[in-house]
Formats: sequence, C-alpha cells, structure tokens
Amino acid sequence: MAALHFHNVTLGYDRHPAVHHLSGEVAAGALVAVIGPNGAGKSTLLRGIVGILKPLDGTIHLGGLDARDIAYLPQSAEIDRSFPISVFDFVGTGLWRATGLFGGIGRAAREKILGAIASVGLNGFENRPIGTLSGGQMQRVLFARVLLQDASLIVLDEPFNAIDTKTTADLLALVKRWQGEGRTVLAALHDMEMVRNHFSDTLVLARGPVAWGPTAEVLTPENLIVAMRMCEAFDDSAAACAADDVSSRAA
Amino acid sequence: MIHDVLIGPFTEFEFMRRALAAVIALALAGAPIGVFLMLRRMSLVGDAMAHAILPGAAVGFLLSGLSLFAMTAGGLIAGFAVAILAGVVARSTGLKEDASLATFYLASLALGVTIVSIKGTNIDLLHVLFGNILAMDDQTLLVVAFNATVTLLVLAVIYRPLVIESVDPLFLRTVSRAGGPAHLAFLALVVINLVNGFQALGTLLAVGLMILPAGIARFWSRDLTTMICIAVVAAAVSGYAGLVLSFQTRVPSGPAIILVATMLYIVSVLFGRVGGIVRQLFPGRHLEA
Repeated sequence: MAALHFHNVTLGYDRHPAVHHLSGEVAAGALVAVIGPNGAGKSTLLRGIVGILKPLDGTIHLGGLDARDIAYLPQSAEIDRSFPISVFDFVGTGLWRATGLFGGIGRAAREKILGAIASVGLNGFENRPIGTLSGGQMQRVLFARVLLQDASLIVLDEPFNAIDTKTTADLLALVKRWQGEGRTVLAALHDMEMVRNHFSDTLVLARGPVAWGPTAEVLTPENLIVAMRMCEAFDDSAAACAADDVSSRAA
Repeated sequence: MIHDVLIGPFTEFEFMRRALAAVIALALAGAPIGVFLMLRRMSLVGDAMAHAILPGAAVGFLLSGLSLFAMTAGGLIAGFAVAILAGVVARSTGLKEDASLATFYLASLALGVTIVSIKGTNIDLLHVLFGNILAMDDQTLLVVAFNATVTLLVLAVIYRPLVIESVDPLFLRTVSRAGGPAHLAFLALVVINLVNGFQALGTLLAVGLMILPAGIARFWSRDLTTMICIAVVAAAVSGYAGLVLSFQTRVPSGPAIILVATMLYIVSVLFGRVGGIVRQLFPGRHLEA
C-alpha cells in the first residue's frame, strides 16, 4: 500500500519548475531520505506534499490522508520567537487535531504535552517563553509538537541543520521511533553518512528524480555527481515545457 | 477635597457618568485588541485603519448632522470595506498588508475631510478628528457597550487560531483553514473598536486607547494573559484619570485621556520590569545560571 503517490508531478514558482516530472510512490511506513544539492527542489517537493504549494502539473495522491494526518516541519519556520508564549502552550498546539478551535486541554492532554516535552529532553522548560530557547532547544520543541500531532505522514525539511551532534542523535532516535510505530517519514537531508546508516530508501533529487530506491543502490558517487550537474537551471525566458511523462521509478 | 476632585464630577454630572461608562467599555474591548495588534506588528495598521473609517463617518454626518449613531454606522461600513479590500488585495497579490492599507487609508482620510468640510464648520471637523466623549447620548452609549460585548465574544472564539497564527502561521496553515477567517475576523474587531474609539477620541486618536495600553503592558509582563489584563487596567485608569483631568482643567477630554496614557507609557518605558530603561542601565550582577 502506498502512502504517497506522485503522478508526473511538476512543482514550482511562477510557472518555473523546481521539481520537474516526478513520478513514483512511497510505501506506507517507509523511512525516505530526500537528498540533493541546494536548489534541487527538496523543499519544494515537501511543500507540495503537505499541500502548501499546488502542483503546476500532475497530481500527488495522499492515499486517503487528510491534511491533518500530515505533520510538517519546515526548514526555516516562520516562527515569531518574540511572541509571549510558553514552551508548554507552543507544544500544545500540536494537539490541534484533537482540540480544534475550542476543545479544552484536559488532564489527559496535559499529561500528553508534558510527555512530549520530556521525550525531547526538555523537562523543566515548560514555562519558559520560546524566545529564551537556543536553536537546538527550539528544534527539540518543534519535534515535540510533531510528536503530539500523531500524524501518519511526517515530513521533515532539513531537520538537523545547524544542530549539534547530541541533539541530532536524540532527534534521530525519535524519527526511528516514528518509523517503528508504522508512520511514514520523509526527510530532506544533507548528511550522507546519516542517510546511509539510518534511512531505508532514498530519493536523489535534482529538479527531476536522478535515482530513487533502496539507499544502498541509490546512494552512489555517480548519482550524486549527476545530481550536482543538473541543478539550478532557472531561465527567465524558458519556453513552455512539452515533455510528458519522463522518468519514473518507485521506492 | 479629594472626594470633590476624584469622585465629585461623576456623582454630580450625568454626562461624566456616561463618559466613564463608555471609557471602561472601550478599555475592556479595545485593549486586548491592541495587544494583538502590537504582537502582530500591526500597530500602525491600526492607526491607518482609524483614518479609513473617516469617510463613512463623514457621510453619516452629511446625512444627519452630528448624530453619533449615524456616524457610527457610516464608520463601520467604511472601516469594513477598507479592511476587507486591503486584506483581499494583500492576500491575493502578495503586496504586504501595510502597503495596501496605506494606499486605502490615505485616500479615505482625504475623502473624509473633504466631505466634512462641504457641510460642516471647523468645529465639526475638530469634533470628527478628536471626538467628544462628553456628548454621549443613551443610544450611542448602548452601541459602544454592544460593540465591546461583541468584541469580547468574538475574540474568545478566534483566540486560539489567532495566537497560533501570530506565532507560527505556516503551522496553522498546514493543520487548519481557520487562519484566514480568524485574521479577517480580527480585522473586523479592529474596525469595530476603532469606531467605538472614534466616538470618544475622534479619528486621529481612536487607536490610542488600544495601542498605548498594549505598549504599557509589554514593559511589565512576558505572558500573554497577564499582558492583556495589564493593558485593560491601564486603559481604564487612563480613561478615568483623563476624564478627571479634563473636568478640572478644561483640557479636551480625548487628548486628556491620551496624555494620561502617554504618561503611564513613559513611566513604563523608564521603570518597566521587562526591558525598561532603568533595568537595562542597572541590571544588577549577572546570575549563576
């Protein structure tokens, strides 16, 4: 059963494609790394999956998932860190699916929130305003919120950028726990060592898909060199694309 | 003696009692809105919108003279029109909301002053620009109280999405479609409270009882709920003290209220617990952890 199905998807901005003719599917429960150089379209693809960006062409099937079944951790969250909100309340917003507009936060929910904060190693930080946290602590808070969202599809955009090794190890353990719970996880990453050691499948992206499949087969120096070359082509006067379905592979 | 100065005016004169009731209603509803305006970095947007209600109020004035009720209705219509247009332009074109608002409000202010000058005298213009809280009639007072009640109810409904949208708009977009409606509802509340403030303080100062208390609260707390409470109290105190000041010294009531709020603001900037200047100059020895 596929959690995600891409059918000839083109995503981009102002008609310029950033992800070009992508087809394939992600199996439910898979742990997929999306790799590629800067500008390869990783973030764009993830934005397309969570529905913030509408495809220019093609379709993305979520296999019956609702937008609320997806948890998304953007690369540079537009978070106003100066807003006076505590870690507890901020993490608590992850319960939106259960509480919606008015649902109360009862005893059980409070326990859940405290549990999530403890799982990311931030016990004792509950009442701290988010503005006082370090970068790594903020990332832990964001992971705690994802934890509470209880989503069957989790999309992480470069979650370990500028994060120290200890925090990365802790958060990576969470990611693996999610996979263990049968959730599908997609993560855009730059650390090849991490991908090789922890991620079952890999999509090498460079506007189009360069290779897609089991990590051991896909993560080759040749593929990475191809990916480097294909990237960052943005032509102001490009003609309308005529290609139909080009390359496709399944994970 | 003290009784005569502080309480006498209100026991003696009915118009002072009405003014006090109005000012408290304004404080209860306007100050929380002001806190959100400030936290969402929309303080000047509020100011811009205050000017935008002028042409509507002016048309009301043109049709039925200095009837506060007609001017309120006109102001509401104009304010909503501008708020919605600016919101729609911003959301559909990618032009920042402040930019599109600036365009709308400049046009509105020019139009409003023109309309008032066609029929009215300079006194009327002064009234429109700076308000007259001492001239509240029953009907207007009821409208003000009604608007304040509606504001608090709607704010309770949109509180959660509004807070989340202020902190992390992208997150709200991925989990819910409530963000857009909540934002529009908030803009509507801003308009309602500006029209309320318009009665008391006029188009130029209407936003004063919203933004100044919010600014004051910012210097005393890091917690949203506490901030809102402080802002409400600060607004009510400014309103009361401003009325007393105005009664005793013949300073016009609107400016008196804003001047008192400004005094509180200056005190807060100097001595506030959170980021006040004195605190920054003499922070004490650094802590251990």
